[in-house]
Amino acid sequence: MTTMTGTTGTVQVYRVYIRATPEAIWEAITTPEWTQRYGYGSPVEYELRPGGAYRGLATAEMKAMGGEDVVVDGEVLEADPPRRLVQTWRARWLGEGFTRLTWEIEEGDSGVTTLTVTHDVDGAPSTAAQVAGTVPNAGGGWSYILSDLKTLLETGRPLAG
Amino acid sequence: MVTYFRPMTDDDRVFKALADRTRRFLLDLLFVRDGRTLTELESELEMTRFGVMKHLRVLEDAGLVVTRRSGREKLHFLNPVPIRLIHDRWIDKYTERQVSALTDLKTELEEEA
Repeated sequence: MTTMTGTTGTVQVYRVYIRATPEAIWEAITTPEWTQRYGYGSPVEYELRPGGAYRGLATAEMKAMGGEDVVVDGEVLEADPPRRLVQTWRARWLGEGFTRLTWEIEEGDSGVTTLTVTHDVDGAPSTAAQVAGTVPNAGGGWSYILSDLKTLLETGRPLAG
Repeated sequence: MVTYFRPMTDDDRVFKALADRTRRFLLDLLFVRDGRTLTELESELEMTRFGVMKHLRVLEDAGLVVTRRSGREKLHFLNPVPIRLIHDRWIDKYTERQVSALTDLKTELEEEA
């Protein structure tokens, strides 16, 4: 676990319990086939090794709104499938620096796995508001994405759009 | 003794946790500033440390608060996902349009007042 000293107030923690295997959750986070099916539907590209590239690509809808091809980018810092993924993360349209994102997947009792997303948004207030879902008409942030991911993995269908 | 026919579900725990003013106040405190220690939270309430701990425990069991260790300190973070799940499963499903129309109206009227 990374130290949180000095980052109080700039770290956001999201946790969801999903009736799925750690492997299934890992796949759902790191492969474009899955990421297109929940949240904002942005296909991802991950080079799952330290120093590897991460990209979140624009959906057809985002492109239609005049967005760039790559909407989110970053670098993989740690990849330990299917338990832990640490990366940097930058929403390119916000014009802020890279933030740090940690995905932790922990297998629990009776087929329920805990997924914890820790987003250190130190020095990036617009990113903090965006991922917290507090920007009006700009989506629900991590809460929305993780809620949708849970629904998809447990029912095979995303939330009704 | 009360016997439950079914174990409590996640939703039951969330509703139970939210059905208390002190616990909602604790969530509001964390919404304003996340990652606080028990001592910091306790200073905002007219309540014993033990009482605050008990409320935080209920919030943690419901998944509304997630704790993280930072050195010797235990930090408390608001986890909004369970509320989002209730929103997506219940409010979205049945009443979102009506509810948002009503909350818009409420906001408007209160702003005018």
